[in-house]
Amino acid sequence: MSAFFLKRALQAFVAVLGVITLIFFLQRLAGDPVLLLVPQNATQADIEAMRTSLGFDRPLAVQYFDYLSGLIMFDFGRSYVQNVPVWTLILSRLPYTLMLAGGALLVAFGIGIPLGVAMAVRRGKPEAKAMMGFVLAGQSMPTFWSAILMIIVFAVWLGWLPPSGARSWSSLIMPSIALGLLSMATFARVARTAVLDELEKDYVRTGHAKGLPMHRIVARHLLRNAAIPVVTVAALEIANLLAGAVIVETVFAWPGLGQLTVQAINARDFMLVQGVVLLGAVTAIVLNLVADLLYSIIDPRIRLEGNA
Amino acid sequence: MVSSSAAVARPAKTRRLPWTVVPFLAILAGLVLMAIFAPLVSPVDPNAQNLLARLKAPGFSSRGIVYYLGTDELGRDVLSRIIYGARVSLLVAFASVALSGIFGSTLGMVAAFYRGWVETVLMRLVDIVLSVPAILLAIITVAVLGPSLTNVVIVLALTRWPRYARVAYGQTLSVANMPYVRLSRFMGAGWFRLLSRHILPNIAGGLIVVATLEFGLMVLFEAGLSFLGLGVQPPTSSWGAMLSTGRNYVGTAWWIATFPGVALFLLVLAINLIGDHMRDRLDPRSR
Repeated sequence: MSAFFLKRALQAFVAVLGVITLIFFLQRLAGDPVLLLVPQNATQADIEAMRTSLGFDRPLAVQYFDYLSGLIMFDFGRSYVQNVPVWTLILSRLPYTLMLAGGALLVAFGIGIPLGVAMAVRRGKPEAKAMMGFVLAGQSMPTFWSAILMIIVFAVWLGWLPPSGARSWSSLIMPSIALGLLSMATFARVARTAVLDELEKDYVRTGHAKGLPMHRIVARHLLRNAAIPVVTVAALEIANLLAGAVIVETVFAWPGLGQLTVQAINARDFMLVQGVVLLGAVTAIVLNLVADLLYSIIDPRIRLEGNA
Repeated sequence: MVSSSAAVARPAKTRRLPWTVVPFLAILAGLVLMAIFAPLVSPVDPNAQNLLARLKAPGFSSRGIVYYLGTDELGRDVLSRIIYGARVSLLVAFASVALSGIFGSTLGMVAAFYRGWVETVLMRLVDIVLSVPAILLAIITVAVLGPSLTNVVIVLALTRWPRYARVAYGQTLSVANMPYVRLSRFMGAGWFRLLSRHILPNIAGGLIVVATLEFGLMVLFEAGLSFLGLGVQPPTSSWGAMLSTGRNYVGTAWWIATFPGVALFLLVLAINLIGDHMRDRLDPRSR
């Protein structure tokens, strides 16, 4: 059992190292990294001065290990545009993104799971087909479009909700729905498949035989068993939500990490872009690991197979 | 003889498309035709500005031109820009799916065929790239390379190939030990012949399903990148960029963002439905 954990953790570690290496060399592959960091109106002397002060004139291997050792100490470098450590900037925006991801997860879970269960239980009925249509629509809806449509309807026409910013809790409603809709579709599909699998099991038939009503079988017995794949997908979806936040935050001017990334790209603040992307990538890898471990804890068969 | 009589015996069992898929096939075909024949279909030049007709509502007409879906902030015809935008969406999606599909499938097949360290290295790489949200990889790559149509295709191909590699790998593993493959190898067929003539045709179904579903995702990614200003650059019209402009005029000109969004939504919905249908048909497990 611990061998499985260890193996998976090692894999995740290699993945993190791989991503760091990828990002490091991506920056160098594209040409002179100093040119990505200096302001557009910099002179040749400025560029050379920057190169020396940042250590880009040193051998590549030295730079690489320097970068690695810095990351271990949470040193993501300095934003040369704002002249602030990248980590400080990230920390100041992180709470907003977490709030948004939380709200979106609530929407995705709250709508997706009941929808998926209902689709499975009412399989083949017209209402299940209608629900499937709704799920497919949610899946095909670009977040930035549903976001803009909501602004037009609820902020501009009806005036119920603030169109952008983060002044009150009501500002969180539309971004959460826009971001959550896509994951809602995923949750609904996974829940549907999981419940369909469970419906064929013997204990469900036993439940029917002893005269239990359907809602009782589902609520008391089936949901617990169907929860396994849903929990796993939840961990993976959080990573997608964080990535999706880039667009949703831009539309709603929500002051989180996504907005920070886009501002950083426009300001050519490469260190900052690199820091946020790295953080997002590492979070995604860790969540992947958590999903795998959760899965193996809930369902011991997985880790037994992994050991074999 | 046997096969022909069997075919005659059940003519009614020809596979018919379900009624839910047909309208979406029509939508997809319509959008593709619209993109191909854009110069013939679009009412005006998509980049022609008419500063006297800025931000006019749908149905507005000026100098004998009717702006059916209104005009944008520079007085350009929204309908014409949507029609030309379909070219960008479909071209980027098609090119990136083709590139990443060929690249990923080849690597996946090679990994499963050669096993050993080739397999270990390639499949670990697949795990790494897959564990990072593609949009993040895309953002940092475009930030380095600079935004352009070609770079968007390159970025999408670079970030999406592992999806095909994983499917090709799994399916090749199950096919590679089949008697006919072993026999062909025994009779002296080289690796290229084995992979292209014997393995690829047998794993193509799964790959085509992945490619279809990826196509919809690529359309969304291109629009997302253009929305963030990292995709196609102005004045070339892209649905994502139109939505981005429209976002600034939600209070005064709702049509700028609404209609490109409808086009985008319909295209992705159609592709997803067709992809779902193909998966149900080709994947025996989901039947």
